[in-house]
This record gives sequence, C-alpha cells and structure tokens, in this order.
Amino acid sequence: MKYTGAEIIIKLLERHGIRQIAGIPGGANLPMYDALSQSECIRHILARHEQGAGFIAQGQARVTGRPAVFFATSGPGATNAISAVADAKLDSIPIICITGQVPQDMIGTDAFQEIDTYGLSVPITKHNYFARSAKELFEIIPDAFRVAISGRPGPIWIDVPKDVQMALVEFDEWPKNGVADNNFSLDMQSIQDAATIINEAKRPIVYVGGGAIHSEASESVQALIEKLNAPTVMTLMGLGALPSRHPLSLGMLGMHAAPFTNHALEECDALIALGARFDDRATGKVAQFCPDAKIVHVDIDASELNKIKNAKIGIVADLDDAIEALSPLIDSKEADEWNDRIEQLKGEYPMYMPDLVDPTSAYGIIDHVAGMLEGETYITTDVGQHQMRVAQAYPFEYPRQWLTSGGLGTMGFGLPAAIGAALEKPEATVVCFTGDGSILMNIQELITAVEENLNVKIFVCNNNSLGLVHQQQDLFYEKRIFAANYSRAVDFVKIAEGFQMDSFDLGTCVDPMSLIANALAKPGPALINVPINVYHKVFPMVPPGGANKEMLLRDRVTARTMNQIKQ
Amino acid sequence: MKTNTILELTVKNHSGVMMHVCSLFARRVFNVDGVLCLPTGDVTKSRLWLRVKEDLRLEQMILQLQKLEDVLAVRRHGASHAVFERIGEYFRE
Repeated sequence: MKYTGAEIIIKLLERHGIRQIAGIPGGANLPMYDALSQSECIRHILARHEQGAGFIAQGQARVTGRPAVFFATSGPGATNAISAVADAKLDSIPIICITGQVPQDMIGTDAFQEIDTYGLSVPITKHNYFARSAKELFEIIPDAFRVAISGRPGPIWIDVPKDVQMALVEFDEWPKNGVADNNFSLDMQSIQDAATIINEAKRPIVYVGGGAIHSEASESVQALIEKLNAPTVMTLMGLGALPSRHPLSLGMLGMHAAPFTNHALEECDALIALGARFDDRATGKVAQFCPDAKIVHVDIDASELNKIKNAKIGIVADLDDAIEALSPLIDSKEADEWNDRIEQLKGEYPMYMPDLVDPTSAYGIIDHVAGMLEGETYITTDVGQHQMRVAQAYPFEYPRQWLTSGGLGTMGFGLPAAIGAALEKPEATVVCFTGDGSILMNIQELITAVEENLNVKIFVCNNNSLGLVHQQQDLFYEKRIFAANYSRAVDFVKIAEGFQMDSFDLGTCVDPMSLIANALAKPGPALINVPINVYHKVFPMVPPGGANKEMLLRDRVTARTMNQIKQ
Repeated sequence: MKTNTILELTVKNHSGVMMHVCSLFARRVFNVDGVLCLPTGDVTKSRLWLRVKEDLRLEQMILQLQKLEDVLAVRRHGASHAVFERIGEYFRE
C-alpha cells in the first residue's frame, strides 16, 4: 500500500471509528482536507471558529464518552483552538486536536501562520505530539487514542507539518487501534480499610464527581448509595450520576448548593469521595470543609489523592472496579437517624428558587422547559448565573445528559457543545441554556447549527450584562458595578434571523407557555430570547474564599437597590 | 534553608520531553536549580537528573511527573547523591 501522510491520518481515524469531524481548513492542513474529501465514512462539519470546532468535538465526546477529533490549521487556527482544548483538560474530556503546521524546512523562520503549536499545547493537554515523518503517524495516531481514554481521560494535540502530510509512505499493514490501558491493580487492603470506615460511619455522605460519569460507574454508584442509604452530593461535573429526583440526592454541593446540602456536609462523619477532586468551588474554604469527616477517596488519578485534603484512605482505581470490590464488604443499612436528620435539615434550610411558577423568570424558564421536554434530551450551558441555575433547578435523569464547562468555566461553550451533542444524538432534543454575555463569545456557530439543521434549542437568559460579575460587584464590591453592564442591548431575535434561525422573544409574547412549546415542537434549531432582571441573583452563594457554611441566602439589599434604579 | 532533593527520571528519548518536565515545574512556580540529561545506553531512553528544593509540594510534583506519558520512572534520592557534586567543577566561575 502507498499513501500520503494525510491519507494515513484519515484512514487511521476511520479505523478508530471516527465518523464526524468538525474543523476549519487553511493553508497548512489542506492536504488533510483533500484526503478527508475522499473519505467515504467521515463527514466534515465546517465550524466558523476553531474554538467552536473544539467545543463541537467536546459535545460529541461528552455525550458518547468516546474520543472526538477536530481539525484546525497552523498559526491562528491553533491558537483559536486552545481554549476548547484547555477546557477539555480541566474536565477530563477525550478530544484529539489535529493541526496543520508549516513545512519542516520552514519551521523556525517565522513563516506565514507559523506558531509553536507543540509548545503552546504542552500545559493544556494530557499529551501532545509533533509528527516528524509520515511513518511516525502509525505510532502517533493509535497512541493518541490510547492516551485520550486510558485512566483519567484528557485531550490530545497532534501537530503535523505540511510536508509530513504530503509525504508518500509504502507499508504492508495498518497498525493496531489504540485501546485503553487496563493495568490497574486494586489494593485490597485499602478497600478493606475503606469498608471499615464506611461501615463504622454514623453520618456518611457520598460525594460524587465527574469521574463517575467518565468511568460509566453511575449504576454501581447508585447501588452503593442505596445499600448504604447514604445521602449523596454531586459536583457540577457529577450531576446526572444520580437522578436529581432520587430520594438520597442532595444535589450539587458548594458555592451554589442548596443550603441543606452544605449544612449536611458540616455534620457528616465520613465523606466517601468517588471520582471527585475537591475543587475550590465545591469545598469552599478547605480547612472548614467537612470538619468532622474521615475521608475515603477513590480516584483513578493518583495525583488527586491528598492534593487538596488528606484522605484517611486513598484508593487509586477505576471507580467501577473499586465499587465492585468494595460493595460486598459494605453492610446494608436501613434509613436511620441520619436520614431523619437530613430531612430535618431540608426543612430548616430549604432551597429557595424565586418565581419558579413564572415561565419568564430566571428559574421558571428552566423548570418549565424541563417540564415540557419529552424523550431523550441533552442539556448544555454556558458559564454564569444561568449555568448555576440550571445546575440547581434542572431535574437531571441520567449520566451524560448534562454538558457544562466545569473546571475552566469557558463562556462560549454552550452553543458549539450543543451542536456536537446533536450531531451524535440526532433523534434527541438538545437544549442550550446560555446568557447574553456567553453566547456572544461563540455566536458565529448559530449558522453551523442551521447548516446542519440540528435540533438545538437555545434559550438566551438575557440580562444585558455579565450577570455573575454584576452579582459579585453588587455583593462584594460595595455595588460598584463596572464593566459588567452592556450599554447597548443586542437584538438576539434579529441576530438569529440573520443566521436564518427560527427565533422567539419571551419578552414581547402574550402566552409564554405556547411560545416555548412552539419553539420546542418544531424540528431544527431555534433561539428563544428570555429577558431576565439583572438584579435577580443566584442564591445561595458562598463568598469566594469563604467556608461553605457562610453562604449568603438572599439579597438583603435588593429592595433598596431596586429603589435606586427606579429613581 | 531548604535542603535539596535529587530526582532521577527515566524518560523516552525524543525532543519535547525536557520541555514537558521543565514546564511542569515552571508553571507551578517550583524552582529547579539543576538539570542534567543524557541518553542511556538504550537509545530509546534518556536519564534526566533534577536538583530541586525540598518542599511540601514535592510529593504532588512527583505524582504529576509520573503522569507524563514520556516519563517512564521517577526515583527520589537524598541531597547527598553524587551526580551534581562531581559535575560541579564545570560550573565554577
């Protein structure tokens, strides 16, 4: 067989099951695009910005759990892709970015669109490669898939100079596909010790992170929780591991948790951390997080154990394997005083979502959309107030239903991630809750959704402001609102029309419920503008750097602030 | 004054591996004050010696090093390891 480097890349991607690739062509990756044009089984999705392409790949990877690939050219193509890849690093998402590079004889000459892509991608990838010859691609591509999905998943970057893409190679057989390493041996002593702590606990709480989603361990996690009758908190990334309506679910913990959730954590005597990394948004002031708890920490990444909080027992393992070993050693427990205490806390410190019955309110729109959605649904968000409200209010049912930028908190994530999810789940409805600030950061992908005619419904929670910045300035910077409000409001309905997308405005309609129903019912993409009062805040809120028990429950000064506006 | 620790890394021998290791320390503001690297007898591998200060974060740094795909093994030695002592004469002003 005789193929060019570019053809080898495309064939190897085909062999690894890749069927849809988002990207943008440019001078340095044209040979790859030429080879892609000849592929009979890979579709290309033309994004409008490389960050959009990267987030489309993330959407694909997040809903399927399988690696997704995207393409960009050298120079600005590569630099534009960085945020999407960095975001995947923080949230452990297996995406593979393949960029073109200037030919090797021009590297180091400040050639047109030359940038040190390899160097730039080191700190934001799990691993990165520079292909120095077409032959090396036989090792690099399968290895990229192996690394992306082995252990803790993560993003990979492969930089391929143009001459490598064009070089012809003669070879006899294709390399084996990259598969996940499976070389973890369980330390049974630690499992036994963990079981002892869990069995002796009077007030255990299970703390579930994104690792439960990545390792497809939701079912075994749920079985363990039920065996223990243990109240369970989830991180932002862990939402969906246990259905929100599950009687043992306390929802999300941390900065924007329900008050009873953070209070319950104050009282627990054992914290069973499953695939969670004690992120500062979850723990609040670390020294005061679960002050009385012995910690059992299971994570596939050894560097997460004892990184933030010392665990009594640390277990490095795939979560599913660990629970399988742990479960027979755990005593079944009936509901007891601790469960009663949790119910009492729920009564004493309830979650309050204002105006929930009003479908045009900040919380109401989420609740009503959730109530009207039928069948398979996926929810993406951008970053900010709307994101926290969806995390608080949306009744998640299953893992991978919830796609959000957790670790990096990248505004601009929601729309392209929804496109990626819809590409993989064409029969489903994908809802993107976004804000007016966030959607402007990747609004160009509206046309990508239209071109692909994807069933993506975009709800723009529009307060004409960077709402969470506004909230923090109002609460913690003595109301000095600066650079948070936009002086001109964008007409998103018109913008969507310009992108040939159906659009709706909740602000001017008389029957919000039928408007939402219409927007959801018609197949294909739609944008719905949802005007939100900028002074409606997300509560509870733990002040940044504060302990979780110090959460603010409501805006004590709202009335006064509102009067100031009226004057 | 903090004492030194010597780290001995066995790494894959290809361009970029030094950068992966050194940038890991640099981006965590963890000073490396000595670096030595040469291929081993096996041409596919190199040995990388680092001299770093003892620090509470060192355990975490070692775990992070072990996560690098190109790092095959990490060993920790005490400050008295001879590797940097004997080469020291080439570094005197």
